[in-house]
Amino acid sequence: MTQAFFYIMAALIVGGALGVVLVRSTVYAALLLIVSLMGVAGLYILLASEFLALVQVLIYGGAVTVLLLFALMLTRVRDLGESPNGAQWPFAALTGVALIAAFAVMMSETTWPRDTNEISVVPFTSIGDALFNRWAVPFEIASGVLLVALVGAVVIAMQEEGEA
Amino acid sequence: METVAQDIPLEHFIMLSGVLFSIGVYGVLARRNAVLILMSVELMLNAVSINMVAFAVYTAPTLFIGVIFAIFVITVAAAEVGLALAIVLRVFRNRGTANVDEVNTLRW
Repeated sequence: MTQAFFYIMAALIVGGALGVVLVRSTVYAALLLIVSLMGVAGLYILLASEFLALVQVLIYGGAVTVLLLFALMLTRVRDLGESPNGAQWPFAALTGVALIAAFAVMMSETTWPRDTNEISVVPFTSIGDALFNRWAVPFEIASGVLLVALVGAVVIAMQEEGEA
Repeated sequence: METVAQDIPLEHFIMLSGVLFSIGVYGVLARRNAVLILMSVELMLNAVSINMVAFAVYTAPTLFIGVIFAIFVITVAAAEVGLALAIVLRVFRNRGTANVDEVNTLRW
């Protein structure tokens, strides 16, 4: 049962990802990215981290993809029909396949440290407790990163008076 | 620690993360539109998060650093996408194209 769920989610993730990098239309690529990221959220539910699945759906599906779609809308060129891939796509495909091969070899050679094949539940309250006690400094730095990104994005994309 | 499932080996998650990362690498190298390159970067970040969470849940559930890592990766990725899209918009306004192959004035 859980294996079937894992394979369905993996198919969604890999299928969506292949669509993002191979599809001709940019809007279809953005929508397939949503499919892929929701598959990742399902995988987080399988890994008993429902908070992470919630955050994934909210941030990625709600904010990041909407932002990407807005940017696609605003940077559209009139004359489409040119190839979506650059001239170096065979080398890119070679790199991707070589990476997959490297991961497969590395994974089969290593003995991963674990006792059983069990997925253990991480208690949600201890995530919150750790995030505010042990990892409080990275938490504050992350909020600083968000503030800087917000201000920086507004400054960069702002249109001054008299500017085109 | 209560357990949820017992029949999915850890290697499945590692391989899935590797495949997703490789697809993201292909997307970054092959695509020409800047926004599509950003989407491929998002794929790579998600691959890393899957890997981290899988390791945390399988091997060290009492010291769930992988879950915290994934939370911070999502945060930083959201900030990065916002900023990168502002830059793409600015480049589009100045050059008229979002194609990274055509923004080549600084090349020799």
